Amino acid sequence: MPTDVERWKSEVYGNEIREHLLEFAEQGWDSIPEDERDAWFERFKWWGLYHQRNGQESYFMMRIGTPNGVLTPGQTEVVAEVADEYARGPAENPIFGNGYVDWTTRQSIQLHWIKLEDIPEIFDKLESVGLSTQQACGDSWRNIVGCPVAGKDKHEHVDALPVAMELNETFKGNDDHSNLPRKWKVSITGCREGCGQGDINDLALEPATKEIDGEETRGFNIRIGGGLSRNEPRFARDIDVFVTPEQAAEVSGAISALFRDNGDRDNRYNARIKFLMDEWGAEKFRDVLQEEYVDFELETAGDDLRSEYSYNSGYADGGHSDHVGIHEQADGNYYVGLDVLVGRMGVDDTKELARVADEYGSGEIRITQRQNVIITDVPEEKLDALQDEELLDHYSPDPHPFMRGSIACTGTEFCSLSIVETKNRQVRYARWLKENVELPAGVEDFHIHLSGCTASCAQPQIADISLRGMKTRKDGEPVEALDIGLGGGLGENPNFAEWVTQRVPVDEVPGAIKNLLANFEERREGDETFREFVARTDEEDLAELVEPEETSYEDPMMHNTKRTWYPYADDDSLDASPAPTRADGTPITSDD
Amino acid sequence: MSVSLRVLDDGAWVSVNDTREVSVSELWRLDDPSFCGCELPDFVVENVLDVGADGRTVSAKVYGQCIACGQTGVPGWVPVGRLREGEFVDIDRERVVLPVRRGDDDE
Repeated sequence: MPTDVERWKSEVYGNEIREHLLEFAEQGWDSIPEDERDAWFERFKWWGLYHQRNGQESYFMMRIGTPNGVLTPGQTEVVAEVADEYARGPAENPIFGNGYVDWTTRQSIQLHWIKLEDIPEIFDKLESVGLSTQQACGDSWRNIVGCPVAGKDKHEHVDALPVAMELNETFKGNDDHSNLPRKWKVSITGCREGCGQGDINDLALEPATKEIDGEETRGFNIRIGGGLSRNEPRFARDIDVFVTPEQAAEVSGAISALFRDNGDRDNRYNARIKFLMDEWGAEKFRDVLQEEYVDFELETAGDDLRSEYSYNSGYADGGHSDHVGIHEQADGNYYVGLDVLVGRMGVDDTKELARVADEYGSGEIRITQRQNVIITDVPEEKLDALQDEELLDHYSPDPHPFMRGSIACTGTEFCSLSIVETKNRQVRYARWLKENVELPAGVEDFHIHLSGCTASCAQPQIADISLRGMKTRKDGEPVEALDIGLGGGLGENPNFAEWVTQRVPVDEVPGAIKNLLANFEERREGDETFREFVARTDEEDLAELVEPEETSYEDPMMHNTKRTWYPYADDDSLDASPAPTRADGTPITSDD
Repeated sequence: MSVSLRVLDDGAWVSVNDTREVSVSELWRLDDPSFCGCELPDFVVENVLDVGADGRTVSAKVYGQCIACGQTGVPGWVPVGRLREGEFVDIDRERVVLPVRRGDDDE
């Protein structure tokens, strides 16, 4: 039997949602019939809008899709202006204030506390500079990710940026691909370091070379079925297909159509293409693709570059673990990657980022999959002055490893699914670790990812230390807790973290990391990396090395933050929520 | 009187009559030693899979784990509230012991 979501999608979905959305916005929050709200909220996702969680009714999260993480000159300023004017809520975040921009792990942008009534104006402002929220969420082609310095990188095998942009142009607003069984995440990598993280995407195009008609041809091998969610992580599987850049859109469309027609629409938990791949296997997948969806003979896979992948690999083999720092581009200019702790930047800082990018670079900003930003196209002679800018004191190109390696999802601050508070907690963790924990000699990259639940938006399974939201009891009382996983990473042979210790009360996690690193240092052989150490150590032994412990770290959010209307409000009880509110933010009471 | 029961937000909520009533991340004590061997499994709800009504009792099927022993899985149907004249009446799920009913589709 089709799910509620499929039924709602069959009635209205895709581009046509927009006219309804704008009409509701015109008439105000109350114009959405109560018994239709869930259906409309599900549909609004297709236009990048998530209704925020209980206690925050009438407020939305807005996601802006920026293909390959590229913000062209002028766009960052508009994002900052929109956040400043429209993304301010009824309560302040104690670390980030009120009005901020979230750079996400899929190279997109998220704003919170958006009012329905403001959406037409916001769309006008975004679209005036070529930005869009279309398909940023919902069951269709999501924001396409890739190496964030595609087209500028010195280590490029093929320039994937034009391909990413072609796919974006082809499949955004395309009625044939607008209603898929589930989300559709695509990654295109052209560099030699694996920065696109293709392994964890539904569809991955990865750099390869194939001899065709006697000529060495550069293009992409295709992998299918990666993803981290729902306790069912998968790496994308090789389907033995090579495409040239010119064929990429056609074959990607064929794969998307195959998913559209064969994905499970009866069970959303089984709908992602990774489950179809489980069922079919790579060989059948390729056969069906060839026989039913592609009109020409597919090439078999070419020679890939996976043995060179260094990105987020956790191995000391050179290359990039992220894009923070100052790096020369292929054209002789430089890109400067700035560390944005947990990806959140206040509106004033975002405006400043736009100004600095304009003054020292081309005005372009790139967003990375580690929630950081990159200023591109900086001439060598401007590097010193750029580094003197105050903005770089806060968003450093040379941060401490604990700051640099931190990623966190949205968490219970806004998200329905999350079990624990995340972003502020990860900031507190990183600051405490920086002050209190010495990393073993030579360890410059150390990734700690905190995800509030098994949806895995912070990509916890591919970090050195993976933290995942849970609950436990401490002194008999329910408290927020984290599962701790170790040794995940990508590279030539990716592997997911082993969940070695579970349900650690959140106030004992920094102590656990401190003890673990001390134990690693004591047992380390030579200059092996943490991932290498984990790989050669038994799981049971690893569990003993974690040693959760209370320390000087204090956690103010041990209670059930989900049971609050906003965890940082003075009175955080659900009864104290001002929501739902009118366009001007005043509460709508039941008497209205 | 018809009552609308739904699982919403990718399994984050049980919705009754278009109102979100029961959330993931709650801790339930289950009267179900067969789930994991603990006498009263201390069960954290990670995902709502299904919701249904049996007479006036609203029950949910959920995925989660016992925080005492770590066993994960899906117990039988767990009562999460009651219907009174078509309205959902909450029960204090985190402070009472909840019975678990096996359905025909359970092994």
